[in-house]
Formats: sequence, C-alpha cells, structure tokens
Amino acid sequence: MSAPELHGYVAYYDDVDSLIGAARRVKESGFRRFDAHSPFPVHGIDPAMGIRPTILPWLVLGAGLTGCAVALGMQYWMNGVDYAFLISGKPLFGLPAAIPVTFEVIILLSAITTFVGMLALNKLPLLSNPLHRTPGFERVTADRFAISIEAADERFDEQATREFLRETGATVIERCEADDSPAGLPKIVKQLTMVAAAIALIPPALIAMERYGTRTTPRIHLIPDMDHQPKAKTQSASSIFEDGRSMRAPVEGTVAVGEWIEDEYRATGKVADQWGSGFPFTIDEVVMQRGRERYDIYCGVCHGLDGLGRGPVSVRAESLQEAAWIPPTNLHDERLLTVPEGQLFDVITNGIRNMPAYSGQITVDDRWAVVAYLRALQRSRAADREDLPAERQEDFK
Amino acid sequence: MVITTTTDHDPVKTAAAAPEIDVLSDDPTQRPPLMTGQNDFTSITDDVCGIAERPKPPRAWYAAFGVSLVGTAVMFGMLGYLVLNGVGVWGNNQPVAWGWPIVNFVFWVGIGHAGTLISAILFLFRQGWRTSINRFAEAMTIFAVCCAAVFPGVHIGRVWMAYYLFPIPNQMEMWPNFRSPLLWDVFAVSTYALTSLLFWYMGMIPDLATLRDRAKGKIRQAAYGLFSLGWTGSARQWHRYEKAYLLLAGLATPLVLSVHSVVSFDFAVSQVPGWHTTIFPPYFVAGAIFSGFAMVVTLMIPARQFFGLKHLVTMKHLEIMCKIILATGMMVGYAYAIEFFIAWYGGNPYERFAFINRAMGPYAWAYWTMAFCNVVAPQAFWFKKVRTNLWAMMGVCILVNVGMWFERFVITVISLSRDFLPSSWDYFKPTAVDVLTFAGSFGLFFTLFLLFCRYLPMVAMAEVKTVLPQAHAGHGAHAEEVAQ
Repeated sequence: MSAPELHGYVAYYDDVDSLIGAARRVKESGFRRFDAHSPFPVHGIDPAMGIRPTILPWLVLGAGLTGCAVALGMQYWMNGVDYAFLISGKPLFGLPAAIPVTFEVIILLSAITTFVGMLALNKLPLLSNPLHRTPGFERVTADRFAISIEAADERFDEQATREFLRETGATVIERCEADDSPAGLPKIVKQLTMVAAAIALIPPALIAMERYGTRTTPRIHLIPDMDHQPKAKTQSASSIFEDGRSMRAPVEGTVAVGEWIEDEYRATGKVADQWGSGFPFTIDEVVMQRGRERYDIYCGVCHGLDGLGRGPVSVRAESLQEAAWIPPTNLHDERLLTVPEGQLFDVITNGIRNMPAYSGQITVDDRWAVVAYLRALQRSRAADREDLPAERQEDFK
Repeated sequence: MVITTTTDHDPVKTAAAAPEIDVLSDDPTQRPPLMTGQNDFTSITDDVCGIAERPKPPRAWYAAFGVSLVGTAVMFGMLGYLVLNGVGVWGNNQPVAWGWPIVNFVFWVGIGHAGTLISAILFLFRQGWRTSINRFAEAMTIFAVCCAAVFPGVHIGRVWMAYYLFPIPNQMEMWPNFRSPLLWDVFAVSTYALTSLLFWYMGMIPDLATLRDRAKGKIRQAAYGLFSLGWTGSARQWHRYEKAYLLLAGLATPLVLSVHSVVSFDFAVSQVPGWHTTIFPPYFVAGAIFSGFAMVVTLMIPARQFFGLKHLVTMKHLEIMCKIILATGMMVGYAYAIEFFIAWYGGNPYERFAFINRAMGPYAWAYWTMAFCNVVAPQAFWFKKVRTNLWAMMGVCILVNVGMWFERFVITVISLSRDFLPSSWDYFKPTAVDVLTFAGSFGLFFTLFLLFCRYLPMVAMAEVKTVLPQAHAGHGAHAEEVAQ
C-alpha cells in the first residue's frame, strides 16, 4: 500500500493574535490556496488574509428587486387581468393594497437568497473534506485556531512550507492527507434512494391512471364535501312511503295556505275552461300606473317599453347572432289585439314558447294590472286625435 | 454530567474562585462582564455541548417531555375530531365566527416576535448580551410559529381546501383576492416562519459543526455531520457567513414589524367597532414583543437552572429582559388608554359603545383580567428587588402571558359578540374541544422545545465566544504587531 497523497498542512495556534499574525505572513509569502480556521469569526483577519468583500449583498439586492417585480406583476396579472373581479367598487389593482404582499415577497426571496447564496459561495454542503480527517482539526470548532495550506498551491514545498509554518509560531503542525475513500455516496444510500424514488412514483401513477383511464364503475370521490346528500328531492322516488313518492300530498279535504281560489277568473283567466274577457276588478289610474311600472320592470327588457319586441335583451341577442334566440312577440300584432284578456293573463302566469312563467315574480293582481296597461299600450298605437282629452288634442295637430 | 475533554473545568467552582463581580451593578463607569465565572473558549464549548452530549437528561426532562407528548397527542386528537365533525365542535357562533382559534393564532404568533427581536434587532444595535439568549429565543420563535400555523389552517373549516390560501393554479381557474388582509396575513406569516427558520438554522451551523467534531456515536456523527454541512470555520466562510447573518438580521427586522402589523390589519381593515382603529399595528407589535419576552423569561428561568447555564445567562440578562417587559408593558397600557380616549374623542357612538361594553359589559371580567395582568403586574419591575428575584419574575411573566392571551380574546370575541345587528348578539362560550386544542398546543410547543434542549446547542457558542475579551485581536501577546 502506497503512502497516502499529501493534501496539505494544518498548523495550529493558541490565540487570535498569533493566528492573525501567521495569516498575514502566509499571505505575504505569496500563498494563495490557504485558509485560516477558527471557532468564531475573528475580526481583523480579513485584511490580513486579503479577503475581498463578498458579492453576497449584490445577489440579495438582485433577489429583492426580483421579488418586488414578481410580486407586483403577480398581483396585477392575477387580480387585474387573468381573474378580474370587482370588490365593493375598488380598483382591480391598487398599489396601496399590493404593498404588504410585495414587501413580504421581497423579504422572502432576499432571505432565501442570503441563505442559499452564503452556502453556495462557501461551496457548502461539502461533506467530504480531508481536513475533517485530520485528528487535531476537530478542536478548531471548539477552542483552537489553525491555518491550512494546500499542497496544490504553486509555492507549496513539503519541507520548506513546514519550516515556514513553524516560523509563524505554530504550536503543532499536522500533515493533512488526501481523502482516498471513494468520493461517491455509499452504495446502500444509492440503493435506498432508488427504492424510495420507485415507491414515491406509485401514488402519482395511480392518480394518473384514475384521471386519464376509463372505468365502468363510478370514480373514487375522495372528498365528497356535500355532493351526495341523503335527502328526498322534488319528484324523486322514495322507499319510505307506501305510494313510492317522496313528495306528500295534502291531507284530504285541506287546502294549503295561499292556494284557496275564491274567484276562478281572477286566479286563472278562465271561466268554465274558456278564456274570459274583461277584468275581474275595476281598473283605475292607480292600477294603470302599477301595471306600467311592472311592465317596464318585467316585460320591457324583452318586448321593449313600447311593446314592439325590441327590448335591450332582444337587441343584444340579435347583435350576438344567438342562433337559439327566438325574437319576442310584437305586442301590437293584429292577433294580440283581439286575444281575450284572460289568455293574456295566462301567458304572463305560465309563460309561452320561450317566455318563462312570471307567476313567481308578479302577483295575481299585478298581472291583471300589466294586462290592463298592455291594452292601453295597444290602444295608444291605434288611437285617433279624437281619442285624446280635448286639452291635449292641440298638441297633435 | 459527562464531559469528554481533559479539562477539569467546573463552572460552579471557578465562579466561586473568581473575584466577586456584581453583574447587576448600575454604575456606568464600570461595565460588568456579560458572563460570570472564568470562561474561555474551552469552557463554553464544554458547558453548552455537554448538555446535548450527556447520555441521559435530568429526570425532570423526562417528566416534562412525557406531559408535553400527552398534550401534543391531545391537540392532534382534537384536530382529528374537528376534521371529522366540522367547526361546529367549537364554540364559534354567529356573530362570533372568530373564536378561540384566531385568539390562539394571534397569541402564538405574537410570542414568536421576541425571538426575532433578540436575534435581529438587538444584533443590529450591537447588544452583546443577546448572544447568551438569542439561540434560545429563536428556537422559541420557530416553535411558537409552528403552534400558530395550526390554527388558521384548521379554522377555515374544510382543511383539505387549505391550498386556497395560496395562489396555486387550480381547476377552478381562480386566484385569491390580493386586496384582502387575510391574504396578506398568509404571505406575512409564511415568510416569517421561513425566514426565522433560516435565521435559526444558519446561526446554528457553526455550533452543529462543534457538536459534530465532538460526537462519539455513529448516529450522532452522521446527524450532526449532515446538518453542519461540512463547516470548517474557515475565515473565508466566516466572512460570507457574517455578511449573510447581517443581511438576514437586516431583513428580519422590518419583517418582524410587518408581521404583527399585517396580523393587526386582519382586524383593523374591517369595519367592526373596536377593530377599525389605526393604532392597531404599533399596538400589536408592542404587545407581541411584550408577550414574547415574558415567554422567554418563563422558559429561560427553569432552563438555565436545570442545564447549568447560570454563568452564561446571568441575572443581568434576566434583569434586562424584565426592563424590556416593563417598557413594552407601558406601551401596551398606553395603547389601551388611547383606544378609550379615541372612542370618546372620535364621537362615533358605535365605537363608544364597543369600548364601554368592553369594560362594563358581560365580558368585563376578561377585560379587567387583561388590564391587571398586562398593565398593573409589570409595574412590579420598577423595583430592582423584583427584577432580580426569580420567583417574582416568573410570577409576573406568567401573568403577562395570561394577560396577553386575554388581550386577543378581548379584541376578537368582545368586538364580534356585539356587532351591528343587535338581534344576533350572543354570549360566546368555548367548548371542551376549544380548551383542549389550546392546551394541547402548549404540549406541541414544549415537546419541540424539550427536544431542542436535549439535542441542539442551546446557547450560540460561536457568538458567545466573540464577546469574550480573548476573542479580540490585541488581547494577547501580539498586541503591538496587530495594532500596526
């Protein structure tokens, strides 16, 4: 077995002053691949060794500026562009509201860069270092000071350097031998890592299979939240009741609140299964105004305030060229002028073709008021000058 | 205590042999040393490493660890119960939708602030005395933030949706609302947790290397070796390390002020009377430092006693911390007074009602507990006799911890329980689950803390060494040479 290769020398010193003095001499002698080691940062050794200021602060400044740009950009894009949502009329992106997150991201990136940058510049982690195999070096992290000179230095000489170190006041000088143990990771670590990696691949593979494969049974519903609720829904079957329905009919001979019909025509627009004409109650100025208001709210959006079928919804649908859009009826159509009031009432109540039922939004009497207003509207387009009150006739010459 | 070096150093013996120095002296012409006894690099290494190296910790450690483990188990049990059953197991109701979980969150986050203050702000102010306690306080910060992080996560109800808190691309193609203080809070607390962890770990690398170089067993060698990352204490490494430490301190200082300010925005940016006040950010920060220092003292007194660190963490250290508690306690008391003044001066009847209700309403007992613990109790620290009496100190600090929890209770629960709609006013009652979860969080805190005391360097050895006189050039024989 050949003698192990020399990595360098480690010279030990007892106190801070001898260390600084020795470091200065080593540097002045032209050595470059040397270092001083101490259990704590020794102040004043940097100039002695000629250590130049680290670039770490500039890296951190860069990280901070990047963090600022990233955070502002992220907030602007996420809330102002990609998923713009308005909250209480506040601007989609406002600088004051963006400051806290921006500040935190600046700190976050700077802190990570400080830590990772410090390690990287120091070439750490370095778990295999010949210095750690030198017995006396163990106390350098406790109470001893040392200078190491690498054999790779141009000025290194096995004899002369040793003599030189002794002159600098070293109490002990140790040979540091090159680490001839294999540099790679131990085999067992590699094998275990491979096994662990293989095992770690199983869950994502299973997830991918579930997501992209086909299957005949329902997929696994990992977090059901409240998607499946054991409750009876309208019109559903039930195994609890004898008649197999989950909905219950009212008890025989009873009427639910609000379902009692006193006046059949008023409630349905029909008299003995025929559309009735006329109104079930007196139409006066108040009812007419009410009907106009309801009409403008509920009917005007499609049929238009003038009833010509050109309401804003209809105009918009046409401009979008919606294929499924059925234009609303022109309420001044010949046919509608003669339709009985009962039928008009029924259309508002139950809807027709594309028009939905409005019984949920407009009360019974209001629907009659709308019918009354509609009649007035129709009349307004087929009116003569003589139909106006005498004092208004002058306005339409 | 098994010490593996050849020195026959005994801190107690040397302390007795050394000339009596009054570390508590207030005479400004003589500056007492930061540590008692005759300390040198060897003795400090032995004293601190010895704690982590002894084959068996004191019996009290086992007892405390057992109790803490039970507490941790109780907390996780309660969290499991919560996940299975939903937030209905808590006392939260409408309008008090923020009950104990948020109170506990703010309480724990606040505790953490003292650690960062000691490690970062006092570092920037070049306060040498911080070196004896900073590691300890930073560890406390990390563990307090761990406990704090539990609560907002589970408070959202469906914990498996917790990822909504972060701007992660998701199947709904939605992004969080960056105009909400709750989101600012997520960023602030996450940044704080990570930065504190980096600061703590980076500070520990040289000390872990010391433990590595002294380690005897294979497992210890491998573990300390791995986490010390191959540190050799080289001057070039130290140069970058010190710069990085300074940078982290500079980053952590505004960070720590921002974190509790942002936590206070959770309240202050809302419209609820009693929350909507501009005094909240500074008031919360002062309160956080106040509670954090109280917790450091509460933990430090038994730790220095049990682990033989009385010569490193001297009575002087404790006395300084008591003074900080007194100062921050006065700030908190001032904030309480100003809140009432503004409630009257502002002329807003709802605001005025909220504050009268605090002091005289159904929760008056909580308010006056808070006022007594946070304002009256620390006044004892005006007296040097109290500042140097361990039992008195411990008593006041525990009262402050209690008081600061009540402060968050007063702010959160009282304000919410009397909100805008009188018909929904209700008295908040916590459930057993609330109480056990909070008690269990102390178990988690102490479990982590006891593990830290057992396996990691409790005092920042490398930093303490730098404040010894012999660490400075010119102290030894080569004085003239260096002076050139």
